Amino acid sequence: MLVVTAFSVATTRSLFAIVALSGVFSLLSALLFIAWDAVDVAFTEAAVGAGISTVLMLGTLALTSRAAKTSHKSKLVPLVAVIMTGAAMFYGTLDMPNFGSIDTPVQTHVRPDYLSQIPEDIHIPNAVTAILASYRGYDTLGETAVVLTAGIGVLMLISGLSRRRRDEDKEENTDDTEGTT
Amino acid sequence: MRHHLILRVITKLLVGTIFLFALYVQFHGDYSPGGGFQAGVIMAVGFIIYGIVFSLDKVKLVFPPWLVHKLIAFGVLLYAGTGVYSMMLGYGYLDYTAIDPLHPSHGQHLGILIVEVGVGITVTSVMVAVYYAFSSRTPILSDEEW
Repeated sequence: MLVVTAFSVATTRSLFAIVALSGVFSLLSALLFIAWDAVDVAFTEAAVGAGISTVLMLGTLALTSRAAKTSHKSKLVPLVAVIMTGAAMFYGTLDMPNFGSIDTPVQTHVRPDYLSQIPEDIHIPNAVTAILASYRGYDTLGETAVVLTAGIGVLMLISGLSRRRRDEDKEENTDDTEGTT
Repeated sequence: MRHHLILRVITKLLVGTIFLFALYVQFHGDYSPGGGFQAGVIMAVGFIIYGIVFSLDKVKLVFPPWLVHKLIAFGVLLYAGTGVYSMMLGYGYLDYTAIDPLHPSHGQHLGILIVEVGVGITVTSVMVAVYYAFSSRTPILSDEEW
């Protein structure tokens, strides 16, 4: 079903349908993650992929036209590029261990330590949260900083911060003195 | 969307539930799937759906842009500040044991809760800020255009 959705995204010309289909694609991959017992990832995919990005894409759609331009360039070069990339990825998976095998670095490196320590150290049933926020606290701080930077970047690019700030200054002079950004 | 009575009523019913679910995902993240990132997104969806169905001006009254912009930074500061706090008490950066040295696991609980709140606040405000930035560029579509 994922493949079918991807193909219809590639062939459809109506941007509105593409946005809806990419939402469907996100939901389907969320289901796939659930089937693999990665509930946290599935949750994120459903909320971010199917929820927010669809809304933001619709917001962008309101800024542009409703249908993609038909291109008259040769379709051969993109096809070759896609096939080469796909073949390289397949070649890469040949070296990967079998799905679910227990003697891989993923299963033997730090995972046993974490799983045996979490009940003693942290007393939190959800191991994902414990690892994310405690053992890997730096990483999560970095991710939050990435979100912050991305947000600031979008604001600078789209909303024209300087213009808005001038307008704001007129209305509420006191609020900006405690500025944090 | 002044004429869509069904949408307006359903949205009014749903917004509260969405916020409640976001808070549940946020603070129950220790026991069930979810955490700051997911809760932040769900919370932002609550504001965005309100903005779409009613109007941008109304949601800006509820959650004004200057507050959104301050909260973006506040979330990260809350997270980083937790680390600074634990460093002040002589522990490693982001070592939550510092919060309650006598009961290390208590400290871990609280620390995780606090940093997740920080993550949630930042994600919510970034999403809402991006939505504001996008939708205030265009006039809102009239009903016929849909």
